[in-house]
Amino acid sequence: MNIDLTVVWIAIIGFAIFAYVVMDGFDLGIGILFPGFAVGEERDQAMNSIAPVWDGNETWLVLGGGGLFAVFPLAYAIILPATYPLMIAMLLGLVFRGVAFEFRWRDPRHRPVWDLAFTVGSTTAALAQGITLGAILQGIRVEHEAYAGGWLDWLSPFSLLTGVAVVIGYALLGATWLIWKTEGTSQAHARRVAFWLGLATLAALAAVSAATPFLEYGYWRRWFAMPGVLLTAQVPVLVIICAATFFWSLRRKSELLPFAMSLVLFLLGFVGLGISMFPYVVPPAVTIWDAAAPRESQVFMLVGSVVIIPVILAYTTWAYWIFRGKAGVHGYH
Amino acid sequence: MPDGFDAVTLARAQFAFTISFHFIFPAFSIGLAGYLWMLEALWLKTGNGIYANLYRYWLKIFAVVFGMGVVSGVVMSYQFGTNWSVFATRAGPIVGPLMAYEVLTAFFLEAGFLGVMLFGISKVGKRLHFFATSMVALGTLISATWIIAVNSWMQTPAGYAINAKHQFVPAGSWLPIIFTASFPYRLIHTVIAAYLTTALAVGGVGAWHLIRDHANPGARRMFSMAMWMAALAAPLQILAGDAHGLNTLEHQPVKVLAMEGDYDPSPNGAPLVLFGLPSNDEGRIRYEVAVPHLGSLILKHDAHAPLPGLKDFPKDQWPPTPIVFWSFRIMVALGFSILGLGLASLLARARGKLYEWTWLHRAAVVMGPAGFIAVIAGWVTTEVGRQPFTVYGLLRTADSHSPLAAPAIAISLLAFIVVYFSAFGFGAYYLLRLMSRAPEAHEPEPAHIPQRAAGITPAAGIGGS
Ligand code: HDD
Ligand code: HEM
Ligand code: HEM
Repeated sequence: MNIDLTVVWIAIIGFAIFAYVVMDGFDLGIGILFPGFAVGEERDQAMNSIAPVWDGNETWLVLGGGGLFAVFPLAYAIILPATYPLMIAMLLGLVFRGVAFEFRWRDPRHRPVWDLAFTVGSTTAALAQGITLGAILQGIRVEHEAYAGGWLDWLSPFSLLTGVAVVIGYALLGATWLIWKTEGTSQAHARRVAFWLGLATLAALAAVSAATPFLEYGYWRRWFAMPGVLLTAQVPVLVIICAATFFWSLRRKSELLPFAMSLVLFLLGFVGLGISMFPYVVPPAVTIWDAAAPRESQVFMLVGSVVIIPVILAYTTWAYWIFRGKAGVHGYH
Repeated sequence: MPDGFDAVTLARAQFAFTISFHFIFPAFSIGLAGYLWMLEALWLKTGNGIYANLYRYWLKIFAVVFGMGVVSGVVMSYQFGTNWSVFATRAGPIVGPLMAYEVLTAFFLEAGFLGVMLFGISKVGKRLHFFATSMVALGTLISATWIIAVNSWMQTPAGYAINAKHQFVPAGSWLPIIFTASFPYRLIHTVIAAYLTTALAVGGVGAWHLIRDHANPGARRMFSMAMWMAALAAPLQILAGDAHGLNTLEHQPVKVLAMEGDYDPSPNGAPLVLFGLPSNDEGRIRYEVAVPHLGSLILKHDAHAPLPGLKDFPKDQWPPTPIVFWSFRIMVALGFSILGLGLASLLARARGKLYEWTWLHRAAVVMGPAGFIAVIAGWVTTEVGRQPFTVYGLLRTADSHSPLAAPAIAISLLAFIVVYFSAFGFGAYYLLRLMSRAPEAHEPEPAHIPQRAAGITPAAGIGGS
């Protein structure tokens, strides 16, 4: 048996990043939509629906970054300097987002300030993550195994497009999460917003998909050459089915299905990205094998990961289960 | 040569700033998680409501501290890539896995159970809630263990080989990488530091309220518990620090010589410099006040044992002596002051005056922040003393940083300063406000109980789920 550990590892890191994107995605999405909610009950419900879980959700980001550092140190050491201002902006955004959870309850007089910090922090983090995605897709200049560009190379129309797309997508996740976790006027509000966000997300997905194959020859080839096209052609078809189900479930006033469909939509987008990029971690220069840590490091990490990640998933599920049901507005004295 | 604003200096300033801020919160949250665990355990054991009340009182403070610890910690995990990418590529195969294990075994544990700990008091049973508290407390200790292992490897590297890409890679077993020569000393000293810091903060808050009301039962109980901790842990910490210093003398002699301010070798016994202004340029201490032979007595346990001096080592391996010299003295002075407070509390207790002696309470209030100052001073000693290397003796700081332009780092440093002071400044203000409120007989839970499960509260039937 000869399993390529490097491929196993990119799958694990991919899983961690995807887990982060959807889980913190709805947290950040709620932050993005926050100003639209009425002060008082609507805002409190929205906040309460994520207060017990946001920290766990954000930890997947630490695992994504830390995992990259551990098993693909070269990728970590190239991508982070290449997207330096974006990373700093994201981290500072997450600072404001994170402290707002506690601070808004501690200080009713300044609550509008912390609500604003919550929105600005969430939006900044989402935008920075989206632009980073675009910056990686459009390619990073590497010489002698180090970043060789300037500090604003990441900025381009394409990366701005992916930035906006991620903000819209997170907002959709946030809105559909609220359909599931709230009731009354909050829920009705979320449902209205979700409809428009669904349309916008599809448009953004289409725009990014249309632009990606033109960035670099490899993407084009992987998507449209035989026999790969047989596989890749399924992604758009699945997106259409999923979108139809989404709008249908919104009309039927389902509570869980819109959120589930948004998740599937994200999953499909993620798979599409995987098809485009594999086997590069830093297109167009560095493959996963170039960036991989030595086998000893990979094995050491793998032993722990296969045991611990399932345990983490188990107690995370338990924590979500404890806080199942609708988010309350009461209980705040 | 560095003109003070080159990329390396700015990156170092940024790391020092963000890590110092970060560590203030873990020092408090490791200790508070332990204290909360103790309170809940006592409550379950004795059924005495005062413990449940104190639990709720400190839980609200813990929530704020922990939140700030998390957001400043996430920043840290990206600093290695953004500012120290050469270090990240070269040491990544060794320190990366240790830090990833920290995420897997500690951060998820803390975060996963934190929600239940903060908001689940009335949702899960008592025992399950205690389990959640235990997991959070355990998580903070596991986290400390891994990150100290990383730091200790950077201080006293072992178990590595160097591959064709100039990377540090494991030479075989991971055990020598994790259990390096300085690891046990650093771990014990840092964990005791966290408990001591918390004991002083809790004691300061208790004392503040005792001065106003000698009879407040919550204030009495927390003050008494904190003073026990200070009295017991302070001597242990001094012993641990002494052992740590001897260990450092063996593995990083230059650092200890800088801490002591010994520029010249002392063939028949080194003095203990009490005061002075060290200068690397002049290679001597100005305005020196010293006790002869005491230095050798402390470091070698023999007044006439010879000690080398900084001048025995090449100058390009000297750390910035004045910083290390002074930060070390601040830590040690605070260590003995804490010991003094602990002894005074024992005396008061023996006389039955623990809750009456107002001067003791005043002293405890003044010493409230001492732990925070001591831990930062301790880390400054450790880290600045390791200079000019990131991986001691092997990788220079000047060769570790990212290929970034100085303005990019300068702007981000400025942004960190503005954001940290504003966000954490408000945080500190909220903490002080929470602490200035006396513990009441019926402490409310953390202000927002975010959810009610369908079916538990009567009103939940209406909305469906
Ligand atoms: C001796 C203890 C100690 C030290 C030296 C450090 N930390 Fe820390 N860290 C903790 C002890 C801790 C903790 C007690 O486990 C925290 C504090 C509050 C919290 O949430 O967990 C934490 C939080 C925390 C988090 C957030 C975890 C979460 O999302 O729940 C990250 C990513 C880091 N740290 C990373 C770092 C890095 C990269 C460090 C050094 C460069 C570092 N920490 C030094
Ligand atoms: C939490 C306590 C810590 C504090 C207060 C602290 C403090 C500092 C300070 C003051 C510096 C700057 C030294 C100088 O420029 O002269 C520094 C540098 C550094 N420290 Fe720490 N440190 C801490 C923990 C750690 C840990 C746990 C690690 C490893 C994981 C670490 C790794 C580094 C690195 C990579 C640098 C940059 C390179 C350097 O200047 O040495 N530090 N730290
Ligand atoms: C008189 C008592 C003390 C002595 C002799 C002492 C000694 C030391 C020594 C030798 C170091 C290591 C520097 C190195 O080699 O890297 C150190 C570091 C440190 N000290 Fe102390 N210390 C004392 C009191 C304290 C107190 C009271 C605290 C906090 C409450 C504290 C917190 C720390 C921390 C956080 C570090 C950095 C981590 C480490 O390297 O252990 N120390 N101390």
